[in-house]
Amino acid sequence: MDWGFVLTQTMTQAVGVTAIIYILAAIGLNVQFGYAGLLNFGQVAFVAAGSYAVGVIVLTFDLSLWLAIVVAVVVATILALLLGIPTLRLRADYLAIVTIAASELFRLTVRSIAFKDVLGGAQGLNGKLGQQFHDTNPLPADFQSLPVLSWTRQDLWVVIVGWILIAAFTLLVWLLVRSPWGRVVKGIREDEDAVVSLGKNAFVYKLQALILGGIIAAFGGIVWAVAKQSVQPDTFQPDFTFFAYTILLLGGAARVFGPIVGGIIFWFLLAGTGEFLGQAIQAGWIDFLQPTDVGNIRFVLMGSGLIALMVFRPQGIFGDRKELALDAR
Amino acid sequence: MPDSTATGVSRAEQAKATLASVPATPGVPKPDPILVADHVLRTFGGLTAVNVEHVEIQRGAITALIGPNGAGKTTFFNLITGFDDVNEGAWTFNGRPVAGKAPFRLARLGMVRTFQLTKALSRMTVIDNMRLGAKDQTGEHIFAAIFPFLWKSQEKQIDQRAMRLLERFNLHEKVGDFAGSLSGGQRKLLEMARALMSDPELVMLDEPMAGVNPALKQSLLGHIKSIREEGTTVLFVEHDMDMVHDISDWVIVMAQGQIIAEGPPDTVMKNAAVIDAYLGARHDSNLTESGEALTEDGA
Repeated sequence: MDWGFVLTQTMTQAVGVTAIIYILAAIGLNVQFGYAGLLNFGQVAFVAAGSYAVGVIVLTFDLSLWLAIVVAVVVATILALLLGIPTLRLRADYLAIVTIAASELFRLTVRSIAFKDVLGGAQGLNGKLGQQFHDTNPLPADFQSLPVLSWTRQDLWVVIVGWILIAAFTLLVWLLVRSPWGRVVKGIREDEDAVVSLGKNAFVYKLQALILGGIIAAFGGIVWAVAKQSVQPDTFQPDFTFFAYTILLLGGAARVFGPIVGGIIFWFLLAGTGEFLGQAIQAGWIDFLQPTDVGNIRFVLMGSGLIALMVFRPQGIFGDRKELALDAR
Repeated sequence: MPDSTATGVSRAEQAKATLASVPATPGVPKPDPILVADHVLRTFGGLTAVNVEHVEIQRGAITALIGPNGAGKTTFFNLITGFDDVNEGAWTFNGRPVAGKAPFRLARLGMVRTFQLTKALSRMTVIDNMRLGAKDQTGEHIFAAIFPFLWKSQEKQIDQRAMRLLERFNLHEKVGDFAGSLSGGQRKLLEMARALMSDPELVMLDEPMAGVNPALKQSLLGHIKSIREEGTTVLFVEHDMDMVHDISDWVIVMAQGQIIAEGPPDTVMKNAAVIDAYLGARHDSNLTESGEALTEDGA
């Protein structure tokens, strides 16, 4: 059994492109759910909006990738307004219902045959989506690989910029939540009526949180499209949102570094168990499993771990238990 | 509570003197009303919760709103502060029509309320609760929030004001504690102090004494009086008749959604309709323990 391979693969995935995409989505959720208490179950729609903005602008209309990023931000904002304006005046549960339905509506609409010319239908958009970005790659052309982390030259550049984005958005969230704005938003999470009675327009703050979280998630979608050079409608399933929630809860909601810690651990465990089981089956250590079972088994293990987390450490890894215990109303 | 402003004629005496000439009839006009409501109607299906023909709240005075459970007092509060929508009706605050305005706009105009079930923000510290009460904060705008130098000095002023109020309400040792760790009575105090952070013109307190122990009640009474001494108008809902009698300058009695009587506390408590609808024939004899419990949890 090749322990070195297991470790390399696991480490690479724990901080790799997919982890970055999920972490960005989870940072967005942290603003929406962690701080503002908005139960957005349709985060994947914002990620999809980011990916499709890149796909459509670059491939369909043959325009600049940088323009696509601006369009992604605008589309995410419009999506947040569409979801938020009718629902944010209502109780929190309605937002959850509307967002999960909207995210599926979004996916089914973009993959429909009616918009095949623009959005690519079920095949999605495939081609040199991120070429403009990859052309900026400053790494030497004869770059082989890092010592432990096995990325191609192209992937490494995506990973570097991805982590810069994560750092930038984490800094932004950190600045915001320790400001008076963050105070109002946290107050709304605790008790909206109390905050309204003090003269704050809760609706506007909730809308701002939804938009900001959506834009951050859209950047995850941009990274996705650029890294994979393709936009596939069926990758934007609701389970994406729930993995992002898992990451957030794992790291600790309403903690600035929660999504980062949670994301790395989530992908470390998921990739680690996958690689380990795969190798163990190959080596003949485990004979009651087939290699094809590995993909599912690791989710079973992940789920069991989550249940254990909720029982023994409901506040997540970074969370403050004191805060949870006080939630007595 | 030291009455620092009580040098000449105290505001309590002023309010009493002004209201002395006002006849004790329902819907009577006041010399200087801060709040005037007309034909306020709210129905829930077939039930008429509030049906107030006309009411005026005198500026600078403490007005009590009393009445049996289900009389529509809290609903009336909710309607006036914009937390519930009227079926019909209009009201003015400082002479300005404010019916249909969003609750946060009414709060910004200077009409701040507290809630029957205390809404302390449990997972936030006492000082953060207080800071939330301050008006017109630059740092509450999302773009300005990113640049601390834009709001740091204002934040310092807010903190100073918050600390002064917390000291006055005896909460200064709890500054860094989570509001959820406070006792029920302390939460009431915090909510009241928080409401004062915005320097309101009218404070509306919904059952400030519910669930508060007798010792703390005394200091709460002092605080409410001191609010009046600073020129703030107080309107409060309360079941505790001793307290109503002790601190209010004027009492308004509601029953079945309507105002059935108003007047100075002494006059109102002798009113036959009020005794019949609310106080009961033996209201001035000592309450039994069970009787006390009944008035305490009146929701």
